[in-house]
Amino acid sequence: MKRKLLALLLLASLLGAVLSGCGDGSAAQAPEDGQTNGSTAGAASPETLKNEITVGIAQDLDNSLDPHKTMKAGTREVMFNVFEGLVKPAPNGDLIPAIAEDYTVSEDHRTYTFTLREGVRFHNGDTVTAEDVVYSIQRCASADETGIVPVEAFSSITELTAADERTVAITISEPSNEFLSYLTTAVIPADYTEQDTAPVGTGPFKFISRAAQDNIVLERFEDYWGEPAKLDRVTLKIMENADSILMSLQSGAVDLCAHLTSIQTAQLGDDFYIAEGTMNLVQALYLNNAEKPFDDVRVRQALCYAVDREQILDLAFDGYGALIGSSMYPAFSKYFDESLTNYYPHDVEKAKALLADAGYPDGFSMTITVPSNYQPHMDTAQVIVEQLREAGVSAEIVPIEWESWVNDVYVGRQFQSTVVGVDASNMTARALLERFTSDYGKNFINYNSPAYDALFQQAIASYDDAEQTALYKEMEADLTQNAANVYIQDLADLVAVRKGLEGVTFYPIYVLDLANVHFS
Amino acid sequence: MRYILRRMAALLATMLLVSLLAFIAFDLISGDAATAMLGTEATEESLAALRAELGLDRPLPVRYGEWLAGFFTGDMGTSQNYHQPVWELLAPKVGVTLRLSLLSFLLITAVSIPMGLWSAGRTRGEGLRTGLNQLCMAVPPFFTGILLSWVFGIVLKWFTPGQLPDRAADPAGAFRYLLFAAGAIALPRVAMTVRMLRGVVNDEMRKDYVRTAISRGNDRAGVLRRHVLKNALAPVVTFLAQTMAEIVAGSIVVEQVFAIPGLGRMLVTSISNRDYPVVQAIVVILAFWVVLAGTAADLINARIDPRLRLGDGA
Repeated sequence: MKRKLLALLLLASLLGAVLSGCGDGSAAQAPEDGQTNGSTAGAASPETLKNEITVGIAQDLDNSLDPHKTMKAGTREVMFNVFEGLVKPAPNGDLIPAIAEDYTVSEDHRTYTFTLREGVRFHNGDTVTAEDVVYSIQRCASADETGIVPVEAFSSITELTAADERTVAITISEPSNEFLSYLTTAVIPADYTEQDTAPVGTGPFKFISRAAQDNIVLERFEDYWGEPAKLDRVTLKIMENADSILMSLQSGAVDLCAHLTSIQTAQLGDDFYIAEGTMNLVQALYLNNAEKPFDDVRVRQALCYAVDREQILDLAFDGYGALIGSSMYPAFSKYFDESLTNYYPHDVEKAKALLADAGYPDGFSMTITVPSNYQPHMDTAQVIVEQLREAGVSAEIVPIEWESWVNDVYVGRQFQSTVVGVDASNMTARALLERFTSDYGKNFINYNSPAYDALFQQAIASYDDAEQTALYKEMEADLTQNAANVYIQDLADLVAVRKGLEGVTFYPIYVLDLANVHFS
Repeated sequence: MRYILRRMAALLATMLLVSLLAFIAFDLISGDAATAMLGTEATEESLAALRAELGLDRPLPVRYGEWLAGFFTGDMGTSQNYHQPVWELLAPKVGVTLRLSLLSFLLITAVSIPMGLWSAGRTRGEGLRTGLNQLCMAVPPFFTGILLSWVFGIVLKWFTPGQLPDRAADPAGAFRYLLFAAGAIALPRVAMTVRMLRGVVNDEMRKDYVRTAISRGNDRAGVLRRHVLKNALAPVVTFLAQTMAEIVAGSIVVEQVFAIPGLGRMLVTSISNRDYPVVQAIVVILAFWVVLAGTAADLINARIDPRLRLGDGA
């Protein structure tokens, strides 16, 4: 008996020694035993004392942090707090001056002259000069550095000059109503080479650190030109596991988390309230218009009639979400045409008739390729499969990894249909609609409508705002009438916020604005 | 000595093979770092340009050779996604994962060996015990992880799920946090080890030498401890060494559930990002760890059972 006890004791001490001994070899290790430390970690929230919060995010910012380089939506969403352009988006969808204090447009609508705000500083302490602005725009226009995403609208710039320290003049070849939207492009210091890993911008928060697959830390930028951020510090904690996010909210480790599902928020209890916005995505069953049988408009229309979108929202989203009928979501109120939403009411008989008309009286088989790590899209696809069966179409879901989706579906266009959400990279209708012009590089559904292409050319050439808006709406109608895709919804964005925290703001683009979040 | 040297050579060969297989497997899956980085911004031209820039357009043997040469000169390369040296990314994570897997291993050993011995030869409540045992074996670690987090984290508040305390500031807290994660990994393996040990001991107890020993008047516990345990231990040690591979696999999931910043989570995202310098480095580190455990088990077994040593010496 004694020996057993001794063995156990030995084992226990070995356990302690090994666990503290191995690893990174950081200084003094005195593990003590587990019980001595009376004040345990517990769930007592230290953040009530400090003016800082922890935000849960589902994916790491695991790419270059340089704002001009390839950016995942999740990275852009967070870095919105760190970078600004000459102008920046406001919650209502307008563009408001940021680094520029003011601007004038010449008579011929071709030259924009920006006056920079006085004393705007970068996070490294340097003052923003016209040189920095020219450098930033030039960098995105030429895109000759690896990884830089070219801003296509900048190819129309014919002249770009820094008239003096605080004046930048940009001349473009043709008048464009949307050019200003592209000047949300981040302004960064010229000749700073560490943007990839230690980004420097002018936003209300400055970047402090990133620990891969662990956390990102932002701190308030004291010298911000505008109203400073209300929180001292924000830690973004990466939790790719949905259960882990929920548990961390409940335990007090995380104070705020966006993009939750209604099933998740229902479990949260009294410590939280839910802020509801939209994801600003066009979720649809995207159809490869070049692939049989989807090259026949009747087949595409039949699918539109066969799919009951209300039921999708009820079954998969607890009724949350906003129905759409074309490649535009309601938050873009200026361009959203509500009359298109119910263009194809649910009608199985009509679907069958159209299919018979197209030569498929007994239906056909098809595949739906879905990125499997996006549960909302998987759920949607599952409901669609059942609905299509009623119309005689047997659909099969092919789950695919996101990176393979990009490679095979998006770039390779090797697919029949897919359920995803398409977002807008900036606040223009063009960002959503240009992609379906027939010769566009990202027209992954191979949409081909000469009328659509012509409308687009007219739209971008138009300088009259009302006329341009009308043209964009005609393009949306073209997509609907030709049943380019089976449009479903803009997903609801449910944000869990710890009670006592306020100021979550929604935008018509995919960003998480932390500057206004504060304790009440 | 020769035995140890030979084991080391085998270890090295295994590592080489593992790294090569990982490299080839990685080449076969659809998509590469360029598609991962460009995402929906990708066009045929931009992909080709980025591939050339990253050197992904070269043939596989050239890329593997380059990686291998770098590895042996201490350069693990640069993460294509994070734009940071691989070692800088992984250094803080290696310790966490090693601690977690060691803790799981010790838990398995400390719990299953006494339990296995206790349960051997006892027949009362066997049905219940077998049922419980099978239940524990069947429950996947991620479920156990969620259950443990909920019971001990949310209800009892013994630790804060999602908040691994800093080891320097709160070593006891960090230990406790990892202990629950290790428990989730250990549970199915504990069940398997208990079952196995029980079987081996029961077989052994029926052997002639045991009956002889008992018939000569030795007490049962003494025989068990002095003779049976020694004979029963060899297969168990081998089994426990294989357990290390299971632990490493389990830790990948459990690290996600407990939000522990370890190698496993990093491996999963790096694979989906097609960030091969990181994947290669993690695969090699984890493989080394697993193979090392196997080697250690063989050396221990050689001490327990001199026959193994003799067999080798020839």
